[in-house]
Amino acid sequence: MSAQEETVSGQPGNQMSAARRGAPAPAAGRAARSKNSLGYLIARRMALGIALLFAASMLIFGGVEALPGDFATTYLGQEATPQAVANIREELGLDRPMTERYLSWLGGILQGDFGTSWSNHNSVGEQIWKRLSDSLLLAGVSALISIPLAIGLGMIAVLYRNRIPDKVISILSLAAISLPEFFIGYLLIQFFTVQLGISEFPATVYDGMSLGERLSAIVLPVATLVTVVLAHMMRMTRSAILNVMSSAYVETAELKGLSALRIIAEHAAPNAVAPVVTVIALNLAALVVGVVVVEVVFVYPGIGQYMVDAVTVRDMPVVQGCGLLFAAIYIVLNMVADIVSILANPRLRHPR
Amino acid sequence: MPEMLSVRNLRVEVTAHQPDGSSSRLVLVDDVSFDVSKGKVLGLIGESGAGKSTIGLTALAYGRGGVCMTGGQVLLDGEDISKLDTRGIRSVRGARVAYVAQSAAAAFNPAHKLGRQVIEAAFRHGIMTREEARKRAVYLFGVLGLPDPENFGERYPHQVSGGQLQRAMTAMALCANPELIVFDEPTTALDVTTQIEVLAAIKHAIAETNTAALYITHDLAVVAQISDDIMVLRHGKMVEYGPTRQIIEAPREEYTRALVSIRQTSREAARPDGDVLLNIEGLTAGYSDVDVLQDISLSLPKGQTFAVVGESGSGKSTLARVITGLLPPRTGTIAFNGTPLPPARKDRSREQLRRIQMIYQMADTAMNPRQKIRDIIGRPLTLYFGTRGQAKTGRVKELLEQIEMGPQFLDRYPAELSGGQKQRVAIARALAAKPELILCDEPTSALDPLVAEGILKLLLRLQEETAVSYLFITHDIAIVRAIADRVAVMHRGRVVRQGAKTAVLSPPFDDYTDLLLRSVPEMEIGWLERVLEGRRGNQRQSAAPIEMERS
Repeated sequence: MSAQEETVSGQPGNQMSAARRGAPAPAAGRAARSKNSLGYLIARRMALGIALLFAASMLIFGGVEALPGDFATTYLGQEATPQAVANIREELGLDRPMTERYLSWLGGILQGDFGTSWSNHNSVGEQIWKRLSDSLLLAGVSALISIPLAIGLGMIAVLYRNRIPDKVISILSLAAISLPEFFIGYLLIQFFTVQLGISEFPATVYDGMSLGERLSAIVLPVATLVTVVLAHMMRMTRSAILNVMSSAYVETAELKGLSALRIIAEHAAPNAVAPVVTVIALNLAALVVGVVVVEVVFVYPGIGQYMVDAVTVRDMPVVQGCGLLFAAIYIVLNMVADIVSILANPRLRHPR
Repeated sequence: MPEMLSVRNLRVEVTAHQPDGSSSRLVLVDDVSFDVSKGKVLGLIGESGAGKSTIGLTALAYGRGGVCMTGGQVLLDGEDISKLDTRGIRSVRGARVAYVAQSAAAAFNPAHKLGRQVIEAAFRHGIMTREEARKRAVYLFGVLGLPDPENFGERYPHQVSGGQLQRAMTAMALCANPELIVFDEPTTALDVTTQIEVLAAIKHAIAETNTAALYITHDLAVVAQISDDIMVLRHGKMVEYGPTRQIIEAPREEYTRALVSIRQTSREAARPDGDVLLNIEGLTAGYSDVDVLQDISLSLPKGQTFAVVGESGSGKSTLARVITGLLPPRTGTIAFNGTPLPPARKDRSREQLRRIQMIYQMADTAMNPRQKIRDIIGRPLTLYFGTRGQAKTGRVKELLEQIEMGPQFLDRYPAELSGGQKQRVAIARALAAKPELILCDEPTSALDPLVAEGILKLLLRLQEETAVSYLFITHDIAIVRAIADRVAVMHRGRVVRQGAKTAVLSPPFDDYTDLLLRSVPEMEIGWLERVLEGRRGNQRQSAAPIEMERS
């Protein structure tokens, strides 16, 4: 996005040379420059993020509404007489028009109130925060392991490009990308729990557990998540660094007689930041959202499990709240990645 | 005393890997020997693929891709650098031998300030302290005529112009006080008016620092200004090697003579004007909120060549896009054969589209690499005339004859052709539509001089045979002299001068045309000094615009 704008501003050759000559820049030139200022670009990206979030909230609300099945019928089961169903619908406010319910739901969320669960009348907000912290433990530990590992492996692959270490890494990562995460999960359970018996299953954590106990409980789900995101991040890191290493300024550095380490650290790395950060952010988002499946496989009481349970009983406020949260995590992480790319671009940081 | 650089029987090969897994060895440079002494400049000249850059890089013990030296010696002050280990090579690069690349814009790291990059080699090799190196950089910025030398190093690469970057790259090479500098086409990517300044700055800096230099270029007129000796290369072999004066004024070899005489082709004065084919009135066009073309009016007579000349960014290619209808103008009209053309391509009839065809600078990107030549040339035949089958093959063969290529090319793919042949196929494709006007957008500037000469001759012959008109976009005054009937000079989106060739190219000139014409290198020793002297005289009198152009 930012690169595109840059070419637009870079195109008017006569205007640029006018500025170069030190002649007073024409009004259009000044406007174009302030349009490309760092603050403006970042503010615009954030505004876009917020707009996206609103659009997502509409989609989620509408989508959940459109789901087949009905809470009242599911809840009452055999006793679902038309009168009883109507009573429950009225009690939950389902007789009001959809736009009205959407607006009051949105208004509540803006004030931090996610509503109450239909099935157990608990506050959805409280449940979400509690469950989310468990999920973030899972995702966070996976990220802490996978990010350094991916960047390290990516660099090794570059260093031994087209030689055996690179090929081995490449084949293993392709295999990992090809397998769905639930399948990897079941494979790990089969091997480590059933055959070797060295790890726990299910990976359920309780309130009273110490951090150490929790960590040993989540070994398998973490291993699954790491396998899934590692390969993608590693491959993207490899290609981003390779791309930079083949550029003319790296050749210049080489012809200055600098050491390989200095070339990578001082000349390649600053230019590889933006693509690598983008990939990491995308994968973090995939990690947080991907926990849903993994949590179900490993019976881990995180937010994914919470949402899946709510879907089975048609507990709409919970499903909508969780959905919105996932969307928000995705949008915010992508926004952070874009802002880092903007900041990493010297042309935007130091305008003419 | 040994020479600064002495190359003996150099042989360089590259291992080419075939898709089927086999590999073969190609000889890039074979049996080349030369000497360069302190304070002297050797020009290496030849077409692309002649091995010029490969030879230059062996002076830094560097090979791109799988290129490696397989024979001979490269003696730097008597020491064979091809025998050095990695550490030894690193101590030569940047410290004793420096390299100036063709595209400074790509060769500078966009993430760091210019000053830091310029002093890096001197400082990292321990030749001087950071502060000493900075002082020397400021001195060199001054010698090279860069604005505000004290603070120039504080800028980032994107904050200065292309000509300034190229001079900064020279400063970067000179900073560590190397014994030898390799200049690899340092002015090829620049406009002529900028090239002359960079050339002068390089020449001045070499004299000032008494460094030895290798100067690589494909332009004999440029190398004539700067070097003491010249070596002509072809297909990796030495053709002729001697003092500059002898090569320019009394070349011994056939090939050198062809290179020297290339700029001397020219056509007789413009023919009498016929009916007007294309008439453009008050045209303004641009992208987003910027006008790239402002108030352009010109008219092109039938059967003639109309050359549009100007520097990069002057709006030449945009003009072609507007005429084809790819970019509808904001205001103004285009009339073809007396009837107005709809501004947008989608509103034009197929017949209107057929009459205007286009040839591009990069023939290989303008063709589908998966189509055979018969399909590339045959496509317009089917599209505009509905020709198919035998008739189509017959017509394609005729067209191949016209562009001096035989029917054996029918089933080849573009990748199997040379650059010149691809451009010929592009011409045949344009010709297949039987157009009345062909827009030629720098069709020869990516080609080697001798090949380009062949293309120009072909275009002139086809014009005589088919009475087609050309709108010929170029930055090269020599081409204008060679083929144009009428000329328009463009500068910053405006036509500053137009008319018959003889009138446009003879005095009195406007300021810009004067600057442009004086900046074109001539194959004459001492031309650079003469022009610079003339310019300085001009500036003393009035010429503020030239000064503004500079910085």
